[in-house]
Amino acid sequence: MTSIEAHVQQPYKYGFVTDIESEVVPAGLNEDVIRLISAKKGEPEWMLEWRLKAYRNWLKMSEPHWPNVKYGPIDYQAISYYAAPKQRPKLDSLEQVDPKLVQTFEKLGIPIEEQKRLTGVAVDAVFDSVSVATTFQAELAKYGVIFCPISQAIREHADLVQKYLGTVVPYNDNFFAALNSAVFTDGSFVYVPKGVRCPLELSTYFRINASSTGQFERTLIIADEGSYVSYLEGCSAPMRDENQLHAAVVELVALDNAQIKYSTIQNWYPGDEEGRGGIYNFVTKRGKCTGRNSKISWTQVETGSAITWKYPGCILQGDNSIGEFYSVAVTSHRQQADTGTKMIHLGKNTRSTIVSKGISAGHGQNTYRGLVKIMKGAEGARNYSQCDSMLIGDKCGAHTFPYIDVRNSSAIMEHEASTSKIGEDQIFYLRQRGLSSEDAVSMIVNGFCKEVFKELPMEFAVEATRLLGISLEGSVG
Amino acid sequence: MAKKGLLEVQGLRVAVAGNEILKGVDLMIRDGEVHAIMGPNGSGKSTLAQALAGHPAYTVLGGTAKYDGKDLLDMKPEERARAGVFLAFQYPVEIRGITNSYFLRSALNALRRERGGGEPELDPIDFLQFLEQKLKAIGWDDSMMNRPVNEGFSGGEKKRNEILQLAVLEPRLAILDETDSGLDIDALKTVAETVNKLRSPDRAFLIVTHYQRLLNYIKPDVVHVLADGRIVKTGGPELALELEAKGYDWLRDGVMVS
Repeated sequence: MTSIEAHVQQPYKYGFVTDIESEVVPAGLNEDVIRLISAKKGEPEWMLEWRLKAYRNWLKMSEPHWPNVKYGPIDYQAISYYAAPKQRPKLDSLEQVDPKLVQTFEKLGIPIEEQKRLTGVAVDAVFDSVSVATTFQAELAKYGVIFCPISQAIREHADLVQKYLGTVVPYNDNFFAALNSAVFTDGSFVYVPKGVRCPLELSTYFRINASSTGQFERTLIIADEGSYVSYLEGCSAPMRDENQLHAAVVELVALDNAQIKYSTIQNWYPGDEEGRGGIYNFVTKRGKCTGRNSKISWTQVETGSAITWKYPGCILQGDNSIGEFYSVAVTSHRQQADTGTKMIHLGKNTRSTIVSKGISAGHGQNTYRGLVKIMKGAEGARNYSQCDSMLIGDKCGAHTFPYIDVRNSSAIMEHEASTSKIGEDQIFYLRQRGLSSEDAVSMIVNGFCKEVFKELPMEFAVEATRLLGISLEGSVG
Repeated sequence: MAKKGLLEVQGLRVAVAGNEILKGVDLMIRDGEVHAIMGPNGSGKSTLAQALAGHPAYTVLGGTAKYDGKDLLDMKPEERARAGVFLAFQYPVEIRGITNSYFLRSALNALRRERGGGEPELDPIDFLQFLEQKLKAIGWDDSMMNRPVNEGFSGGEKKRNEILQLAVLEPRLAILDETDSGLDIDALKTVAETVNKLRSPDRAFLIVTHYQRLLNYIKPDVVHVLADGRIVKTGGPELALELEAKGYDWLRDGVMVS
């Protein structure tokens, strides 16, 4: 099985460090640091107050230890909460972006230069604590679509931000969400107006570069009545021996008849074979189907991070609203993932679908944790859950914790679960047909993940399959 | 013109999980010949098939196997496949989420690429045409092509699928490991007819079977009887009939039993 494992445990390709002069706020967290961050962002008073309220709440909270993961204590005073590459304060155009930053994103496959831009995708590039470039802003503005760094939105679209920020993930939702609310630096803001189908895929790429820092981005996406948007998120970080904290919050709001499709390729540095270094990915992602007939769909491919703790969920408030969660989580080496979703059914005839695929290799530990809650008023709610685990080798683990809470007897719930092991016989069968053992593993893993990959936008589907080292199945016919 | 040996096995000894199953097998197959290996349960028939294909769980303890002049035992399973050795499995595995059509195209392209004979790799559209011809030649429809490989297939469908792969991948040596087991008489006839259509001077067959009935439809050139890890008798097609009439015991009695 060694060749199979070697194949799954490919070296991390994005572990380089960009040598750039950065402004880093000294490590530590207190109200002065929060005031400093707020001042650097040129924020209005209400934003600072909100941050401070979150911080004061956070001080009273304790780190959650119920996830099925193990790690040493985190010293929140040893982390720097703001790091930004030094550059001119105001950028009139993308051409003024530091070439080193342009090169960095190019290396990551995210061209931000005018002539090389990805067609059909608008990109917001976030480097440590700041957004360094957002493409196609003017183009999108023609449709009334706002796509900009959240710090810009706080200054320029305060009414929208104030109306929706914290309405899906309150500042005191949980320990990491509270921390994020206090110190969040950048992230993306999207508003799609009534009846507009966003003409481009929107994408944010998060890059951690500076050492001893954390990244705390905040994303807020609002799809107004009858609108549609597809948003993609990617991320990576240098290889370091230290563990770095990434505690993001993502809030989605879908009004009547609106649809949001949110896709993530999570490729944070996972640490080395012995489990040294890697990102702690403690993230709160939640969408609220506020309106009738609205739909929020999460698709995630999680290959990175030393530890993943996240449960992208949907609050299905509007009648007939739909929540979906499609996930592939891979843990190899010493990676640990405790991930899944929460589907909270409030409205009538609300529907949710959960398809989770966990792949464990090496000493990886993969936990699916999901909650499906049908509230009293959710007449005719339906849920379908499918949790599949695949084990590669005999030192890894797969765990499933489905929580079901039904308070309305008209609900229909289905749950399916399976665990399989890539076996010698399967590999041999494919090799006997002429495929190399690498291609054989690829094909088996690819087939296993197919139901999730087909939910990804094309650009990401290619990236996802490549990330897993597998060739794209069924791209034609 | 005398045909030269395609597969020459001498003194092959193979163990599974530490138990020696094959205790010195000699076998010679020439291009285009159809050989049948018969024998009682546990005689080592499937072990021979798996060992020739290179299953890693089967340890070669001794002996040699030359295929087209090359040391077969030194080749990886995929190298054997690319050299034209095909095994129709007794228990084909299921591959979730991968369609038969995609699987076959990947396999065919891998074979063509690695053989380096200048045959082009086929894109999905060209492959579809290629496949249509193949299916037409054996008189099958394409109903199995867009289903995931063996997933939810009946036992008979799985066996038919193996033969379909054989037709597409065009091996030079096809080993059929108890392809007849679990088939009803109609399916058996279909499979046998297909194999007969695929017989050619460039394609040899090694048909492993427990029962004689498959050989009513596929007429072998040579029949071997394997018992207790050795080939104890070799003859023409009439040997199969004799076995049918007398069973295996008369042969086994003549063999040293440890």
